[in-house]
Amino acid sequence: MSVSNISRRNFLRAAGLTGTALLVGLYFPSGAEEAKVAAADSAVASDIEMNAWIHIDTNGKVTIFSHRAEMGQGAYQSVPQIVAEELEVNLNDVNIRFAQGDRQKYGNQVTGGSSTIRGSYKNLLKLGASAREMLIAAAATKWNVPVTECYAEAGHVIHRPTGNKFHYGELVEAASKLEAPKDVVLKKRSDYKQIGKPLHRQDTPLKTNGKAIFGLDFKLPGMLYAVVERNPRLRGTLKSFDASAALKVPGVKKVFKIQTGVFQTFRDGIAVVADSTWAAIQGRKALTIEWDDSGFEHVNTPDIYKKQHELINNEEGLSARKQGDPDAILNTATQKLDLVYETPYQSHSAMEPLNCVAFYQPDKLEIWGPIQAPEWVQDYICAQFKLPKEKVIVNMTFLGGGFGRKAFMDYPHEACLISKETGTPVQVVWTREDDMTQGPYRAGISYRCQGAISNGQLSALKFRMAGQNTAHWQGGPKDRANRSTTEGFLAPYYKSIKDISFADVPFETPIPNIWWRSVYASTNGFAYESFLNEMAHLAGKDPLDFRRGYLNEEREQKLIDKMEQVSGWKLKNKGDGFGVAITECFGTTVGQIVKVSKKNGEKVKIDKVWAVVDCGWYVNPDIVHAQVEGAIVMALGAATTHEITFKDGLVEQRNFYNYLMPRINDMPLVEVHIMENDANAGGVGEPGLPPFAPALTEAIFDLTGKRIRKLPFDMATV
Amino acid sequence: MININVNGTPHQIEADPNMPLLWVIRDIIGLTGTKFGCGVAQCGACVVHLNDQAVRSCVTKVSRAEGQKIVTIEGLSKNNDHPAQLAWNQEQVPQCGYCHSGQIMSAAVLLRENNNPSDADIDAAMAGNICRCGTYQRIRKAIRTAAELQRKESASK
Repeated sequence: MSVSNISRRNFLRAAGLTGTALLVGLYFPSGAEEAKVAAADSAVASDIEMNAWIHIDTNGKVTIFSHRAEMGQGAYQSVPQIVAEELEVNLNDVNIRFAQGDRQKYGNQVTGGSSTIRGSYKNLLKLGASAREMLIAAAATKWNVPVTECYAEAGHVIHRPTGNKFHYGELVEAASKLEAPKDVVLKKRSDYKQIGKPLHRQDTPLKTNGKAIFGLDFKLPGMLYAVVERNPRLRGTLKSFDASAALKVPGVKKVFKIQTGVFQTFRDGIAVVADSTWAAIQGRKALTIEWDDSGFEHVNTPDIYKKQHELINNEEGLSARKQGDPDAILNTATQKLDLVYETPYQSHSAMEPLNCVAFYQPDKLEIWGPIQAPEWVQDYICAQFKLPKEKVIVNMTFLGGGFGRKAFMDYPHEACLISKETGTPVQVVWTREDDMTQGPYRAGISYRCQGAISNGQLSALKFRMAGQNTAHWQGGPKDRANRSTTEGFLAPYYKSIKDISFADVPFETPIPNIWWRSVYASTNGFAYESFLNEMAHLAGKDPLDFRRGYLNEEREQKLIDKMEQVSGWKLKNKGDGFGVAITECFGTTVGQIVKVSKKNGEKVKIDKVWAVVDCGWYVNPDIVHAQVEGAIVMALGAATTHEITFKDGLVEQRNFYNYLMPRINDMPLVEVHIMENDANAGGVGEPGLPPFAPALTEAIFDLTGKRIRKLPFDMATV
Repeated sequence: MININVNGTPHQIEADPNMPLLWVIRDIIGLTGTKFGCGVAQCGACVVHLNDQAVRSCVTKVSRAEGQKIVTIEGLSKNNDHPAQLAWNQEQVPQCGYCHSGQIMSAAVLLRENNNPSDADIDAAMAGNICRCGTYQRIRKAIRTAAELQRKESASK
């Protein structure tokens, strides 16, 4: 068998596909951002590591791989929807598969930063178009007619003068011998049949009948179940443990110590392995453990904020961005504000608790789980177990929510450690309490915001933050400002306001941190946008008009016009409270207007939220709407119902009874509008979150005169 | 041995009688549509029907289900065509989808007892089910759509 055939068979076997087929994929020439398209045969001949993104068999069955995790944000739908458009196949006729984790083949697969579409759509369009052109070329050769007389439609190539047609399956053998075209002409947006349309998601039916396989649902023959009692504080060691009672629980097979990687450190834990999840949980309850975490700081939430306030009030911090000299203006200005805003720590609390299946075998280590960053898991596991890449296979299941937490390596690492010890396939399951008390968390941050109004104009802004920097946990330098200090702030302000500075006053605790949906924009947005609202009032301006005066770019002006128009901002009634905020996040700008009201004797109620989204080029408007609707609910919870607090170094919240989620009866009416333009695609999964809290607190101020500068707050008490 | 009937199929289960029905359904019978979310009856991801009533299987001991009729999401309809399932598809409700087995099982009981629920009825019946993706607006809409489908269906009978 030739090398070519072996490689080809490996592609197919990995994908669960066999037989003659046209395989077209992308490869990333070393160091290049932009991918090149290749067919499998020529890739193998040139020794190129290519992914198998499109697979068409001789029956014309098309399989398209989605390289990104599906955690609710719609990548499972939108990646194939892009490819299908240029490939000229109907998405309903396409078989969608998750790709395995492999950076060399798929490029960046880390599903974070709302990057799936904005990071890959141009490559995906080119990929689909290249495969289409290869099929057309193969047909033209068979008919012996010019390529220009042929076109593709609905999985067929058609010869325009005669009406003759081949279905793609009849062309795969000939097409697979062709080189991918060097340049292809992409379709115009106005010619799209699928992109830009609210096509129903291909994963919806699977999510209404229990058939979708999430990580927790993945099972292997002979698989055991494990739960882990971990050190409740990250730092420290295991002094001793007694497993004798646990081992007497029916179903419990094995109890042993593990050390799970958490960033650059390790957390000690005792794994209890059993023949059912329940038996493992019962065994764990029977453990007797003594931890030793002496010598490590045991933090308390009030101390965190006290320290943060001291820092922002007394230190200048590390400069993150500076233009002009805001201090000079602030020193002499007579109209000015100096305010502090406070945001809490938060847990991701995806509905699917963390879990992972691993099977450590002599020849390979295979992982299946709800994984946001398969390539990071592969890298990490290879390093921890000293295995070469080809022996570590990472498979993504559906994710029952991710929000940033499932782009972490600790739970796959645990599954691998436990499977290595038992020699069987193992599923490690985190209980809700594990998921909520172990972190990593979104950092809670305090902000000091100073601003001046000179001659009625916003003349200076000075922002300082003190809060943990997630980059430090990943080994980033500590002598540089948090790169995300300016996240959320709109770029046009830098042109219209000459004197602005942002600084990060370094602040650390032993609490591990990680990104949380919309990352630092989720907290920055509250401080910066709340402050702009307060500055507008200081200047005696309407907060929406105030922004219009400084966001002097066409896209922002149009966004503001749209916000004003859809919300009836100018027509508000006396008993209504209206609030506004606009933030940028991962290439997308979202403006929101929140309307609140209060009936006699009742609490303040959110009547409606209008969200206007400028994400540039987009794939599926219904998914954009859904993501913004959902982001608003997540923001509502983080603003009004839940926070993570610490007492003696331990997390006080354990489950949904004391980390309260918004429920259906808390849901305001949400109306989403998308701006239509041809700008580059921005992110969609996260940008709907940051503007909600500042728009809400401004609406409450508008209604009641009460200013809220600390999250979360209780809607019942405003 | 504990005898239970799940989706019309009888099962003889060898398990601790205190084991929650959730883990019996998932780990022993192998039906994974019913989800583990909180383990303490707070989130509703584990809702199944026990003798036609919505129960939280994470806190329902398997001994309580002895000899009784259990329906899970897999048994709600043969072809994913219960009015709630049809409406959930029509209104494109799920995002991550994890909570929706429980949401649909809760909605199915509401729809059986109220063929024209108001938003207040919906909120009251569905407040026990958490959706972290925040699909609540679409859940309300889907339940109204399902009620309409159901009314049309019974009118045509």
